[in-house]
This record gives sequence, structure tokens and C-alpha cells, in this order.
Amino acid sequence: MQIESWLKTNTFHHSAFWDLKQLVEEKEKQNLKISVCIPTLNEEKTIGKEIVIFRSELMSRYPLIDEIAVIDSGSKDKTLEVAASFGADTYLSKDILPEEGFKRGKGENLWKAIHQLDGDIICYVDADITNIHPRFVYGLVAPLIYQSETKYVKAFYDRPLAFSQGIRPSGGGRVTEILTRPLFSLFFPELTALVQPLSGEYAVRREVLEEIAFPVGYGVEISHLIDVYTLWGLHAFAQTDLDKRVHRNQATTDLGKMAFGILQSFLNRARNLDMVELKTELTTVLRQFQVQEGDFKQKLHTIVEEERPPIITVPGYREKFGR
Amino acid sequence: MHDEVIVKELAGKIRGHQEILLANLVMMGETPAPTFQEQGRVRFLLDRFRESELHEISSDEVDNGVGLLRGSEGNKTIGVFAHLDTLFGEKDSHTLSMHTNRVRGVGLGDNSVGAAVLVSLPTLLERLGIEFKCNILFAGVSRSIGRGNLGGIRFLLENGVYPVDLAMCLEGVPLGRLNYSSLAMIRGEIRCSVPDEYDFSRFGVNGAIVHLNWVINQVLKIPRPTRPRTSVIFGSIEGGNSFGTLANEAILRFEIRSESDEVAEEIWRKFENIQLEGHARFGAEIDLDVVARRNSGGLPFDHPLVEAAREVMAELDIEPQIGPSMSELAACIDHGIPAVTMGLTKGYSVNTRQEEVTIDDLFEGIAQVVATLVQMDALGEENAD
Repeated sequence: MQIESWLKTNTFHHSAFWDLKQLVEEKEKQNLKISVCIPTLNEEKTIGKEIVIFRSELMSRYPLIDEIAVIDSGSKDKTLEVAASFGADTYLSKDILPEEGFKRGKGENLWKAIHQLDGDIICYVDADITNIHPRFVYGLVAPLIYQSETKYVKAFYDRPLAFSQGIRPSGGGRVTEILTRPLFSLFFPELTALVQPLSGEYAVRREVLEEIAFPVGYGVEISHLIDVYTLWGLHAFAQTDLDKRVHRNQATTDLGKMAFGILQSFLNRARNLDMVELKTELTTVLRQFQVQEGDFKQKLHTIVEEERPPIITVPGYREKFGR
Repeated sequence: MHDEVIVKELAGKIRGHQEILLANLVMMGETPAPTFQEQGRVRFLLDRFRESELHEISSDEVDNGVGLLRGSEGNKTIGVFAHLDTLFGEKDSHTLSMHTNRVRGVGLGDNSVGAAVLVSLPTLLERLGIEFKCNILFAGVSRSIGRGNLGGIRFLLENGVYPVDLAMCLEGVPLGRLNYSSLAMIRGEIRCSVPDEYDFSRFGVNGAIVHLNWVINQVLKIPRPTRPRTSVIFGSIEGGNSFGTLANEAILRFEIRSESDEVAEEIWRKFENIQLEGHARFGAEIDLDVVARRNSGGLPFDHPLVEAAREVMAELDIEPQIGPSMSELAACIDHGIPAVTMGLTKGYSVNTRQEEVTIDDLFEGIAQVVATLVQMDALGEENAD
């Protein structure tokens, strides 16, 4: 099976790329430009540290990154002020490609980043990581620099749950293990080789990002994997172990919403690939329960996984990049 | 002697490299370093010194980390020291957060900021284009706090290859702090404990806490002269386990401070007498231990080094807060090394879990350090053999 050989050749540990001087030399030899995109919504507590670490270690000391951009969904806190004070370029998602409108969601920010940023490689890093370290970028862009056939690099890590009382090891990736991995096992077995398919950190070549659709909500990561796999196969992927990632943990009910969105995106793709036939239109309402004064009541969440088309189809993008 | 305009421009130039400084603060500050366990910070420090291409980079057997910036003449050596240990242990969360003009987290003022500035200085000096005639010995020292008793810097000064001729000690807070003298200090611990076979019925319903209370009352009766200025500070008390169980053990941690070594010793002897009397009176164990000692001493107000530091602070409109110090400065004084301690920025809730330091003030703090080092370089070369 391809998985075993792929795991050997395309799975890395970040320590393999410790020599940043050499990495920068190779990047410059290939005349590559690398952009970092941090999508945000109310992340004032953690965004400052991310910007500082990346600017210091990966721009000032070693010029691996050419630009860092915060793409914001409309934060109500001081996310943008803090990010700008530490030297990041900041943008409101709604101000990028305004003629295409604005849809609220992380995937929207990631999609618009392709237009806003200039990099040949775009590295996406979530904004809520409290143990941020330069490896969250160099560990992901290095396989793209050293392996020309690699197109999409995912992060994986041990993810301790962070509680207010302290940190305890393991237990992360609940939606991965309970939903995504079983779905991949059933329909796309080779994609089970990805340890953390839903990780929010990945680096991708521009020519790949241009060609794939972007769900604006929860389904963006799983959709990318299916689309890239369908177009280029397993060998387009690589994955890097970034060790630990400490972040704000989500309640189970929020994970339920995430799972609902992921399932929508998955089923839509499976249907489009003629892998499943849906005999009924899927509802977009997630039903959860809450208890109020001893009574069980339903709480309804409408979750519609809208999608942005491949950005290469957008006139404003083609004009800017001469496509 | 000194170009006022250049000093005033320094803070702005240093601000232009803020990400280097703040990244060092994050990476240093988020590495736990309780006293005697500074190894993680030493490793980071040595890596940074290597990247800065300092010479003679090494760590020693007590986990100091050093690196040398060779001067163009190299006749004298200026030591720049910052202690690496903090009051917080491995189990405390060391996560720092960055906000507009603020950094929050444990251990910043004492002394993650000092340590971060130490590892940043070689890079900053290079980028500012500042060169020295004297050697500069950068040292992150261990074992400063509590029972560490300045063990790191004492070892370095006693065993280091490069004799230090002048020294600057970096402390995170407060901006304006300027120390050039040390008080005599005896840091100690009184432990009252009652044995398992203690007869509570014979002596009334008392436990170790009451015995300790008696000790404290006796200590408060010790006359303290106003000249030389002398004080006894009770730093912490602990004892007992619950509401209704008599305490088997109670501990008082204290410091005797005086401008006179002799007066400090005299008060210590009175502590010893209290210990003996308490033991006889209660039949309880009363143990008295010395944790750390300092000798008094320092530089006069008009010493050229002190004058240079004050001049620099005046040019930067930093109000000096002058007082004695019991930190690394005291070890330098013991070795006859002219030295000053400078504070780097403003801090709030220092040594608590809600601690914050300001960022903008830090650039002023580093500017004063750099400008004072330039002055020290001139002083060092003036007095070179």
C-alpha cells in the first residue's frame, strides 16, 4: 500500500530543518517568496506573541518569511491593534476583493489571503497557539523548499488539553478520531496516513491554492485534503511533527458544530465524486440539547457550509496575478 | 565626554529591533528556571551567544552561561550580569502574553527581562554599530535567589578566566533603579517543631505556631539602631495543616539588614539567644539556620562609575531610585569590583501571577544600559595599566 512508503518519505520532524541558514539559502536559490497568513477573530491574548516570534526568528534573524499578514473577520477586541503594534500587516477580510462580498468564517479569510498575499508559498497558522515557536512555520515550509514534488504540508502534534487548572497530556484531536478518521477509512483510506488532518497549520504552493475551493466554515481543511488528493494524489502531501501545540480548548457542543460542518463538506464532495448517492436533501440544522430548570430543550444551530470557488476563477485575482 | 544627542536617539533605534528583544523575552521567560534548575535558560543563552558569534562561550559547573565580546584593546573587562533564576517553579504556568505596550506573565521583573536583555545585547550592539575597547563579558548567572545565596556569580568571580574590572548588573524592574552599594544582610529561617511525644497537657494548649509567635515577639523587642540603619524583615510565615489540629511545625523566614556588618552580626547573636531561651522554655525544637549572607560596602556617590550612570539617566530623563542592593552587586562589592545595578522597565504586581511589565519603557531602560556601558568602556581604558 502506498501509505507505508509515503509515511517513510513524506513524514518529517521539525528538528530535521533546524539549520535555518541553509533553509534560507535554498529558498533564495529558488527565488521563492513565502507569506504567513494568520486568520483571526478576537485573539488579542495570543496574536502579539505570534507576530513577535515570527518577525524576530524568521524575518529579522533568518529571512525565511517575506510577509506576515493578519486577516481578520471583524474582531471586537484589540486583535488588530495588538497585531499592528508588533509589526504585522493587518487586513479586514471584508476589505479584500470587496466585489466578491464577505462571508463570515475562517475559510473566507484563508481564501482571501491568496489574493492579498504575494508569496509563492502561503503558510497558514492559527492565532490561538500559546506555545508558539518558529517551528510552526519552518517545519511546514521546509518540505516545500527541499522537495519540489511536494505541494501541501500539514502539521501534526501532540495536543494537550489546556484547562484553567493546568495542563494535562494527550486527549487532543477529538473530531479527528471520532469523525474524520473513520470517514477517511471508509472512503479515502490513503488519507488516513495524515496524523492530524484537521490541523490549522499548513503550508501550500500558490498554484495549488488557486485551483481548490474553500468552504468558508468548518469544512475547509477536510475539503482541501480531498480536493488535493483527487487532483494530485497522496504524494502531493507531506506532514511535519511540530511536537506540542497548546491552545484554548473547545467545549464538546462546539465540537459538535464543527463535526456537523465537516460532515456537510465531506458528503458534498463524496456525492460530487459519485462515491455516495444521497436520496434526500441534507438539512442544515444541527440539533443539540440543553437543560433549563430541569427541562430538556432543543437548541437549533443553522450551519450552512458555503464555499468559495477556486480563486483562479475570480477576475480580480486573475488581473492582479496576470493569470 | 558624552554626546547627548546620540544618547537620546538610542531608545528609538533600539525600538527598531523590538521583535528581537521581545522574542528573547518570550523564549527566555517561558522557560522555567527555579533556583538550582536554570539549565534550560542556560542552553538558550548559549545558543544566542553562538548566533552572535561571541568568544569563549561556555557554561560552568554551577550553570552560569558566559560569552565574551572581545574589545579592540582588551586591556580591561567589563562584566554584564543578569541572574537567570526566578521565584517560580516548574509547575507554575510560564506562558507569557503580549499586549499593546505590556507583557504579562510570571517572573518578568525578577528577572526574565534582565536575562532577555542580556542575551539581546550582543545583537543590539552590533546593529547599533557600537564597539568597545574593553572586553565585555556577558554572563547569565545561576543560584541568585533565596538559598542560592548568589552562588552563581560568586563562583564566576572566584574562578573565571577573565578578571572583571567593572560590572553592570541587570534587573528587570524598576526603571530608574540604580544601586551601587550593598547592605549587610543575614537571611535566615527559624523552624519551631514539637516532637511526637510532646506533652500538650503539661504546657497548656499550645503548638508550634504559638511558640513561633513567642519568638517573633522576642525578636520585635530587639533594639534596632537608627544609625547605622538597621531593620529585621519578616518575609514569610507558614505552619500547620488545618483549623482544629495543633501545628507540629511552624517556619519564619526573615532577613536582618544593616548598614553595618557588626550590627547585623550582633542582632544575629540575639536571635541565637532567643533560640536557646525558647528551647528551654517550651521544650520544643527551635532551629535557626542561615540561608544567605551579604557584606556591606559599595561605591561613593561621586565615584566616576556612579557619576557616569547618573549622567546617562539624566540625559534620558530617568529619575534615579537610589538604594542598596542585595543582588549580584553585593558579590561584585565583595570582590572589590566597581559595579552598578540598573533597572530596565516599569513593572506591576511584581513576583505575583498577575505581573506585567511595560514595553515602551524597556527601550529607555536598554538605552541607559548601552550608554552607561559606553561610559564604562571609556573609564576602563582610562585606568588601563
